[in-house]
Amino acid sequence: MAAPATSETVRPGRPRQRSLREMLTGKKAMRRLDHALSHLALIAFGLAFFLPFYWLVSTSVKPNTELFLLPPKWIPSQFVWENYPRAWNYLPFATFFKNTLYIAGFNVVATIISCTLTAYGFSRIRWPGRDTLFMVLIATIMIPYQVTLIPTFLIFKWVGWLGTFNPLTWPAFTGSAFYIFLLRQFYMTIPLELSEAAKMDGASELRVFAQVMLPLTRPAMATVALFTFLSNWQDFLGPLIYLSREDQYTISLGLRGFLNRFGANWELLMAGTTITVLPIVILFFFTQRTFIQGVTLTGIKG
Amino acid sequence: MLRMRPSVRRDLRNGLLFISPWLVGLIVFTIYPILASFYFSFTDYSVLKSPRWVGLENYVHLFTNDALFPKSLTNTLYYAAIALPLGIVGSVALALLLNKKITGMSIYRTIFYLPNIVPAVAMSVLWIWLLNPNYGLFNSILKGLGLPGIPWLTSPTWSKPSLILMGLWGIGGSMVIYLAGLQDIPDHLYEAADLDGANSWQKTRNVTLPMLTPTIFFNLIMSLVGVFSYFTQAFIMTNGGPIDSTLFYMLYLYRNAFIYFKMGYASAMAWILFVIVVSLTLVVFRSSGRWVYYGGSSN
Repeated sequence: MAAPATSETVRPGRPRQRSLREMLTGKKAMRRLDHALSHLALIAFGLAFFLPFYWLVSTSVKPNTELFLLPPKWIPSQFVWENYPRAWNYLPFATFFKNTLYIAGFNVVATIISCTLTAYGFSRIRWPGRDTLFMVLIATIMIPYQVTLIPTFLIFKWVGWLGTFNPLTWPAFTGSAFYIFLLRQFYMTIPLELSEAAKMDGASELRVFAQVMLPLTRPAMATVALFTFLSNWQDFLGPLIYLSREDQYTISLGLRGFLNRFGANWELLMAGTTITVLPIVILFFFTQRTFIQGVTLTGIKG
Repeated sequence: MLRMRPSVRRDLRNGLLFISPWLVGLIVFTIYPILASFYFSFTDYSVLKSPRWVGLENYVHLFTNDALFPKSLTNTLYYAAIALPLGIVGSVALALLLNKKITGMSIYRTIFYLPNIVPAVAMSVLWIWLLNPNYGLFNSILKGLGLPGIPWLTSPTWSKPSLILMGLWGIGGSMVIYLAGLQDIPDHLYEAADLDGANSWQKTRNVTLPMLTPTIFFNLIMSLVGVFSYFTQAFIMTNGGPIDSTLFYMLYLYRNAFIYFKMGYASAMAWILFVIVVSLTLVVFRSSGRWVYYGGSSN
């Protein structure tokens, strides 16, 4: 700038020079300060939230001798990657993974089939009694599962399904009220003319469902699939009650067995924990958009 | 049903066919179990022998003769009374911080949300290690700062606060919901507040928070059911101890049903829980008129 600038010089077309006082109290400055403080707070909280993950992974690659040091060793002197194969082989983790994948996969497929069909019946066809039954469906969302837990267990005992995967898989074919509700909300937004036109051409309801509705509501199905998978991956009480032999264990049950048996081998326990957490963290990063949208839409936290 | 136009009858048939998966589930996995557990709650039922009618005995015993029942109830209420408000305040505060069109917002959001997808068992194992009184990260940091260590899970005073602290690690899930709620607040409300000369605190207090109350309300209702189901972490980390200080309602119900096989007794507990959850939900619903803002409409 050529001319000596004072705070009072006003040049056309250029921003007015601002005094220090203005810079500290002006609106923009306030916003900048506000942002800086927010960043500071976010960094502090972010570090606090991230720290347990850091501790998880760093412990998992520590040599056993560095677990019990004070002050703690933040970065291991050497990275003992062998902790991972050791943890993996201590217990049949491969079997646990296979079992969990089977249960979660079965649930995803069965839930999608049952919930889309039911949601269609509740939204695209008009029939007497529909809205009353839909209120019943909404009401069932509020029922705590404890109330139905014991008789449900006894049903599976009577049919001889205890100690099998069946109680954890087949019920998914009867749908889940929350996902039905969610899908129905989506189906309601699709103009009725679309299905009417197809019906005029002689298409059956099932055909309209499969060829008009399903292709139009893929994002909603992705959300339901993702959350079904996640909740089955995380489930503990179900497998705890229904499974008994170790070769049937899910990852969560297996990890608990690991804890009970090798409670002091923290480096192996953390390696095992990392192994159980890693797949869903990877899944999360690949599907983040669907994830966040799903949380936003359903109000369930995942 | 008898005199229906053919088209109506066809639609009824199709509708029922489409919802039949859920309808079967409703009967087999909801209506029957609710009625059955109500019946079981008046019986002595050990699975091995068929249920024997005992009238109100289970309920009377729970309230007069079983010290662990009120203990589990107060433990759960203690947890709910502290964890729910802290969770709401924490997640709303984080959401407010993140809602400022800040650079790197999605990175922060990911970091805060991530603990939420960690399975409960994995979280429990990790936190047992973090909270280890001798070598855990938390006490190492406290000692590094010259503060005394905390006995965390090994002390009846600290066990519940420890679990609450761990629960707060998972507030990112609600935060994402609040964040979405915040982004739905129309800009013109803030512009109007600007015209009135409101500062940012006044805008938060008088625009943002009232507009967020429906989301808080929804979240509170869903959390109420959740908090009474609190099980896995307590089961894995403390199994109810020390001195029953973390014996939560669901944990005690689980023991009665699946360890002691007192199915009738556990069913009575389930029904008491049902009544408590329904009443608390109703109380929250009733109170909502006073604190939930529904965009000017009366309801």
